[in-house]
Amino acid sequence: MMCVPAILFFAVFAYLPMPGLYLAFVKYNYTDGIFKSAFVGWDNFRFLVMTGDLWRLTFNTISYNLAFILLGNCLQIFVAILLNELRKKWFKKVSQTIMFLPFFISIVIVGLIAYNILSYDYGLLNGILKSLGADPVKTYSNPHVWPFIIVITYLWQTTGYGSIVYFAAIMGLDSEVVEASEIDGANALQRIRYIVLPWLKPTFIILLLFSLGGVLRGNFGLIYNLVGANNTVLYPTTDIIETYVFRSMFNNFNFSMGSAVSLYQSVFGFIVVITANWLVKKASPDNSLF
Amino acid sequence: MQGEVVRKSIRSDGTSLFVRGFGYAFIGLFSLGCLIPFLLVLGTSFTKESEIVKHGFNLWPRIFSTFAYKIVFENPNLIIGSYVVTIGITVVGTLVGLFLVAMTGYALQRPDFEQRNKISFFIYFTTLFSGGLVPFYLLVKQYLGLGDNYLAVLLPGLMSPFLIIMMKSFTKSIPHAITESAKIDGAGDFTIFTRLILPMAAPALATIGLFIALGYWNEWYNAMLFLSADMKYRPLQLFLYGVVTSADFIKNSSASSNVPLRDVPLESMKMATAVVATGPVILFYPFIQRYFIQGITVGAVKG
Repeated sequence: MMCVPAILFFAVFAYLPMPGLYLAFVKYNYTDGIFKSAFVGWDNFRFLVMTGDLWRLTFNTISYNLAFILLGNCLQIFVAILLNELRKKWFKKVSQTIMFLPFFISIVIVGLIAYNILSYDYGLLNGILKSLGADPVKTYSNPHVWPFIIVITYLWQTTGYGSIVYFAAIMGLDSEVVEASEIDGANALQRIRYIVLPWLKPTFIILLLFSLGGVLRGNFGLIYNLVGANNTVLYPTTDIIETYVFRSMFNNFNFSMGSAVSLYQSVFGFIVVITANWLVKKASPDNSLF
Repeated sequence: MQGEVVRKSIRSDGTSLFVRGFGYAFIGLFSLGCLIPFLLVLGTSFTKESEIVKHGFNLWPRIFSTFAYKIVFENPNLIIGSYVVTIGITVVGTLVGLFLVAMTGYALQRPDFEQRNKISFFIYFTTLFSGGLVPFYLLVKQYLGLGDNYLAVLLPGLMSPFLIIMMKSFTKSIPHAITESAKIDGAGDFTIFTRLILPMAAPALATIGLFIALGYWNEWYNAMLFLSADMKYRPLQLFLYGVVTSADFIKNSSASSNVPLRDVPLESMKMATAVVATGPVILFYPFIQRYFIQGITVGAVKG
């Protein structure tokens, strides 16, 4: 009985849209509605493949996510280990509080901060470059720098939050093991290499698995707020599945094309999760999700 | 935080000292990197517009000015309206969402609930496969008719599989014997939940509630999808998005505040709005951060 609200909730907001994926196979027409529009089969997909859009979107989305996941987790582990080495309590507390701060603010503010630093006319970066006598850079029209900016922003926002998970895991480490290693003369690096890192491995694998499931789900808010909605110059390196779907709906009113990309995303993402889980199950059965 | 893993090194060799020194330097610099952008926004919001045009954004205002804030508050109705909307959505959404998440999470771990695995999968599956944005948009806007309705912002954020799973593992630590003995005493499932489980799960509720509340406070996406521009009051983050991205928005607010357009401090006003929209969260943040860390820690230990 207690589950009824939840069942209803997910039925309406998650399951009810699923039949709507039929949109991907029609030429959507507002007056006819989803199920009466003309059926066109795989035409929408054929178009996506032929224009090269699908390949670019897949490549961008997956590359960003792999960078987020791998660099993100490595930096989080790195920060957590360093935090654990520090002795001054006040320093740890203050720095943790500050590093956690970016996680709390909305993505709109993050976009504004990026603008504050990168804007051609007023940005802090160009201010510094000018005072050094260098030429200002036109960040917002140079597609090559955006992968770096987007990844750095992501790391900026999530590292403090993520490192807490690893820090907590290190806390669970048996202090006797660590003390014994020190009596045996292990220095900090050896302790980290042979005790702390192996200890963090299961946490790392679980987090990795969880995030791999979303490898085809892009970070819409981040890219939309950093890059802006209509900066066509930057599409080659910043366009991801979500931004494409969004654009095909609200700029081009091509609902069917958006749905086709979504369906591709869901099916492909589903396969990725199942495969990843299967691989982990083979390697270490305890760590798989289901 | 909790007890340290290594309270005191037995001896401090060179490598360990180096690692520690590196740690202080790296963590210190990274913290600065997290803090400075906020100061940059704050500093810019207090800078005279002509200075920004001349010298660009700066950490420290060259010429101090509160003009941008004056304009933001000249006609405070817009921003106060946004505050009311955001606070309303956050309070209602958090209370209702928390209650529903807690109830579902509790029910799903009750060993005497036979359908629990099926329903768990029903919920978990939504993270694996979804209909995507287009059908979701059409559903909410056309079939549920929630366009330009705050419900469109409120409803989709109520529950998430992640939070339900979190609640499930939290309530697992409450012994099932308590439920059983209450049942023998004649209490119904719902009474057991509200009278016994909810008070015992207070720390979990605090953490999950914070997650939901933060989500609503920073909510911007659904608001952008479903609330049109001519709506009078938009949630704070969407209001801010409007100020940041469209000059029209600023023109409109300057028109209502009787400041000639050419005198509107465009850049510093963006930053001032950002400060006004973020301020309360940052002020509360040090007090509630503790609960977040507790929650994440418990989650991490359980794996």
